[in-house]
Amino acid sequence: MTESAPAGPPAPPFRLSMLIYDRHYRSLTIQVVVFILLMLLVSWIVHNTVLNLARLGKDIDFSFLFNRAGYDIPQQLIPYTSDDTHLRAAMVGLLNTLYVSALGCATATVLGVVAGVLRLSKNWLIARLMTIYVEIFRNIPLLLWILIIYAALTEITPGPREYRGENARELFLGLIAPTNRYTAIPSIVAEHSPGALVIGRIEIPWLAIMGIAFFIAAIVLRRIVNARAQRIQNATGRRPTTWWINLALFVVPPAAMAVFFGLHLEVPELAGFNFKGGINVDNSLVALWLALSLYTGAFIAEIVRAGILAISKGQTEAAYALGLSPGWTMNLVILPQALRVIIPPLISQYLNLIKNSSLAVAVGYMDLRGTLGGTTVNQTGREMEGILLMMAIYLAISLTVSGVMNIYNNRVKLKER
Amino acid sequence: MKTTVFLGAAAVSALIAGAGFAAEGDTLAQVKARGELLCGVNPGLVGFASPDANGNWSGFDISFCKAVAAAVLGDASKVKYIPLTGQTRFTGLASGEVDLLARNSTWTFSRDTDLKLDFIGVNYYDGQGFMVPKSLGVSSAKELDGATICIQTGTTTELNLADYFKANNMTYQPVNIDSNSEGEQQYLAGACDAYTTDASGLAATRAAFANPGDHVILPEIISKEPLGPAVRHGDSNWADIARWTLYALIAAEEYGVTSANIEELAKSSQNPEVQRLLGTTDDLGKMIGLDKDWAKRAIAASGNYGEIFAATIGEQTPIGLARGLNAQWTQGGLMYAMPFR
Amino acid sequence: MSDANASPAYLRTEMLPSAAPPRRQEGLLGWLRENLFSGWLNSLLTVLSLVIIWSLIRHFWPWFAHSVWRANSLAECRQIITQTWGEGATGACFAVIRVRWHQYIFGFYPRAEYWRPILTLGLLFIALAPVLFSVNANIRRWVLAGGGLLCMVLLAVTASPDWTVVLVWALFAAALLLAEYAPMRLLMVTALYPVLAVWLLWGGSPWYPFMLLMGFAVGYGVSALVPRGVSALTGIAVTVLWWIFLAAPAASLATLILPLHLPVVQSSVFGGFLLSVVIGVSAIVLSLPLGILLALARQSNMFIIYSLAVVFIEFIRGVPLITLLFVALVLLKYFLPPQTHFDLILRVIIMVTLFAAAYMAEVIRGGLAALPKGQYEAADSLGLNYWQAQRLIILPQALKISIPGIVGTFIGVFKDTTLVGLINLYDPLKGISDVVRSEFTWKGIYWEPFIFTGAIFFVICFSMSRYSMYLERRLSREHR
Repeated sequence: MTESAPAGPPAPPFRLSMLIYDRHYRSLTIQVVVFILLMLLVSWIVHNTVLNLARLGKDIDFSFLFNRAGYDIPQQLIPYTSDDTHLRAAMVGLLNTLYVSALGCATATVLGVVAGVLRLSKNWLIARLMTIYVEIFRNIPLLLWILIIYAALTEITPGPREYRGENARELFLGLIAPTNRYTAIPSIVAEHSPGALVIGRIEIPWLAIMGIAFFIAAIVLRRIVNARAQRIQNATGRRPTTWWINLALFVVPPAAMAVFFGLHLEVPELAGFNFKGGINVDNSLVALWLALSLYTGAFIAEIVRAGILAISKGQTEAAYALGLSPGWTMNLVILPQALRVIIPPLISQYLNLIKNSSLAVAVGYMDLRGTLGGTTVNQTGREMEGILLMMAIYLAISLTVSGVMNIYNNRVKLKER
Repeated sequence: MKTTVFLGAAAVSALIAGAGFAAEGDTLAQVKARGELLCGVNPGLVGFASPDANGNWSGFDISFCKAVAAAVLGDASKVKYIPLTGQTRFTGLASGEVDLLARNSTWTFSRDTDLKLDFIGVNYYDGQGFMVPKSLGVSSAKELDGATICIQTGTTTELNLADYFKANNMTYQPVNIDSNSEGEQQYLAGACDAYTTDASGLAATRAAFANPGDHVILPEIISKEPLGPAVRHGDSNWADIARWTLYALIAAEEYGVTSANIEELAKSSQNPEVQRLLGTTDDLGKMIGLDKDWAKRAIAASGNYGEIFAATIGEQTPIGLARGLNAQWTQGGLMYAMPFR
Repeated sequence: MSDANASPAYLRTEMLPSAAPPRRQEGLLGWLRENLFSGWLNSLLTVLSLVIIWSLIRHFWPWFAHSVWRANSLAECRQIITQTWGEGATGACFAVIRVRWHQYIFGFYPRAEYWRPILTLGLLFIALAPVLFSVNANIRRWVLAGGGLLCMVLLAVTASPDWTVVLVWALFAAALLLAEYAPMRLLMVTALYPVLAVWLLWGGSPWYPFMLLMGFAVGYGVSALVPRGVSALTGIAVTVLWWIFLAAPAASLATLILPLHLPVVQSSVFGGFLLSVVIGVSAIVLSLPLGILLALARQSNMFIIYSLAVVFIEFIRGVPLITLLFVALVLLKYFLPPQTHFDLILRVIIMVTLFAAAYMAEVIRGGLAALPKGQYEAADSLGLNYWQAQRLIILPQALKISIPGIVGTFIGVFKDTTLVGLINLYDPLKGISDVVRSEFTWKGIYWEPFIFTGAIFFVICFSMSRYSMYLERRLSREHR
């Protein structure tokens, strides 16, 4: 073996058999063979595809995306009518996918953390209930949950007509009307509206932009205030009270906006067949959102529980010894450490949720799969283009999310050595 | 050794590819070689296509599949029914999943041309209608402004609905549903004010309700829905076979040939058209690559057009559809078979 | 000073019995205080959950209590409910399960042949017994006994012929005996199982699968004859050549000599849980070796191999399963030579396998990464080559660590088999229910089938997850 000898004898002359028996050459041989096989496979598939398409008189052409779509989409985040193009329909679908995924991830996280912590609760009943929740949702297919929740929403809630007439139902809190097709919630309307920012056909009200700007500003200011408090604490040993500043940062600007622009709630009202005014949140969205959150929440609960159990008991005892209450122990000692264990599997749960949102078709929620991969493909007959494009978009979403989450993970990861 | 592996791989792929090319041929040859007709059908629409507890399919569209199988293979039972949803039916046909699509599909321009389908005729003239609960107090589709409407995705009804409401300057909220049974569940639970689909489908759906009398089908028919079987574009002979099988069924009714008297008429009929149809005199079958008795077998499979209609969706069945537009042209309908000559 | 040694006035010589704990800390009351009402927050939570449980029961109990099990149509069900509990009463109509349960289990599989899937299921238990990764013979006994019992019950309710009952009895008796005295012999069943199951389920002549197996035997035999260096490659080549050129003629010849035959069942009639289990089990079995290969490839330092594995794994994990199923349904046809026909179920199995393999690869990669580097170095220092090191040292340990994850993937794949309903197959959740509801008799039935299928899924997945937890506990003890 001459591999690692620094000044060994000169390499033996090359023989053909060395391609297999010499470790240096062998890996090269294997790679070349695999590469050739792969190329053969790819060219075979491409050849077949070309042949098949030619036989059917089809081609690969994405221009169908710019034709009139002709179908309506119940839930839309950007303006869309049946006169718009298939491309815009796909955009509406993509936004719907992202929308339900974002909602689902947020609630699933909350549910999961709560259920995971409560599962370890000393309260016998609560711990058992949470175990039942986790086991039931983890061991029954998601599709069933989506269908069941959708049907339950439809059957349990009243029709809009029951909010009218003699013994009409009252709106919940006088604001919200759950019906068997949507939940009517009030919208915020301004008396002196400053108008909207118009980009193409998308209108973003200035109020919303202002609200978001104030919110971001509040977060930044809060950081500055806390950093200052920390400095003072480090210097003098006494931390100034900051909670009221923090609270004011988040409360005062919206309140001021409300007074200045005359913001008020527009309560939904029954007009004709349906509620008008306010916002109607489709049951298909609610059902999908609930099912995704509950299902993923059960998995997250298990992850959280495992994360908490992974922290050694000494940590809890040390915290108790310092006189921290159980609540503070959880918040300051256990959870921050558990986060390290929790985040990597949490990322894959988020990715699963996004991918699972493609089951929306079961309840007729028009997501990317429902528009581009469903009706568009069906109306135009462009299944090759449509499905490949849809897969590419899903792949892009997944890679982006996992990329961003991995950056976050690297930041919270305990820096060792 | 490297070359050996490489050659081996090349040989294997060439073999597989070669096997593929060898199998290429026209649909008729494929069906005959397979000994089985692959028929794309609705996964479950009472009267048109539905399997029973033992997996035996029956219905209006099924009878057509059986007729074609009888004509081509000589055995009406040699059909494999492939259920296709509204969303997957055309891709299923285009990709060769099925030889024949008999799944109450509407014949439209773009489907016939852009989707590379060939519709071979119309076996049911339909139109899109609305069903509403009586308690809603609506008597015309024009009063549905602002209503919530249940609609099956991937169908022409989806497009017609958008057009109709737009043309009449009305708005609506669609509730998209995936299959007919989901739609019924949503409609009965009141999740939508109206349910829209082909009038025949509405009748079938309503017939199965616990209280059919509580629901009305509105008088407006908002579109033309000529439902017909379709085949892949580009195989004219196969299209001819399917088309003339359909005409044979329709013509049989016109000339009074039924599954009961077909044997007798084949021997004794003096009508030259019937003689040609049943292969007593001319050998029409040869021109489409079949034998003499093809039409006779097709008609014997489940009867002529009228018999099929009566047995599956006619007035004697729970669905109770009248012949209407689907009567023979001699009786004021649109069913008109091209001459067998 | 003087009384330094004096005895005290009183000295207790025996211990007092310990006093009883305060009333509020013992008995039911104590338990309640301790576990339900310790602190106001806990009390609040307890009361809240009791209210929720109560309202759930109040809502759903009448529906369950009024269930009807004997009726022939939904209309009849409704009539019975109205007659028994008065106008306006609601109740479940589980009669649909009673009448149509076989469809939810077997799909449209011919009734006379029900014993074949049942026998296949029984053999699955026998094949599983030796690979359950258990030193504990009790687990094996339980699995075998449970499987046997399940088969007996299924055979009884499907009214299968008597000889099948005898056959299953004999099989399980033999398996139990083997498991007691020579558990490793059961591995033979495990190895033969895939071929046996395919033959039992789809029928036809047994000689084709037999000749397929013979390929391995011939390849092994030839490889033993040629010199060591090229034995593996020669063996593989001979096996492939046998399959391509000799297997089919040999099988036809054998069929001529000894015509054994089971009625052919087409895969288009597969449905219900039969379909789920067939897709699930095949995907699971096939994805494990594929996943191991992918995981090793991803650890490889060969650039092309590594990047291929990464691209494949990330691609599959990046798209929803439903899009892959659509590829199976629609696009796969385009990728294959014109006019190639192969079964939708087979295509779906391929796609689900690829899907599962990508997830499996990540789980196993986790296991590989968890191994200390010393293990690799130790293997190298012994002079083992790559495959020897993997086979003897690395993989056994890595797989052991990843078992919980692997079982988790299994459960996920099994649940995901319900998605095939969206591409026109008769899955037990949506496909079969749509079929049942498309007939006049059961039109409009909605909840009952969902409850039935949901319950079966729960039982299967729950027992799998319990099993993985048991393994996890056992393994973690070993590592301590």
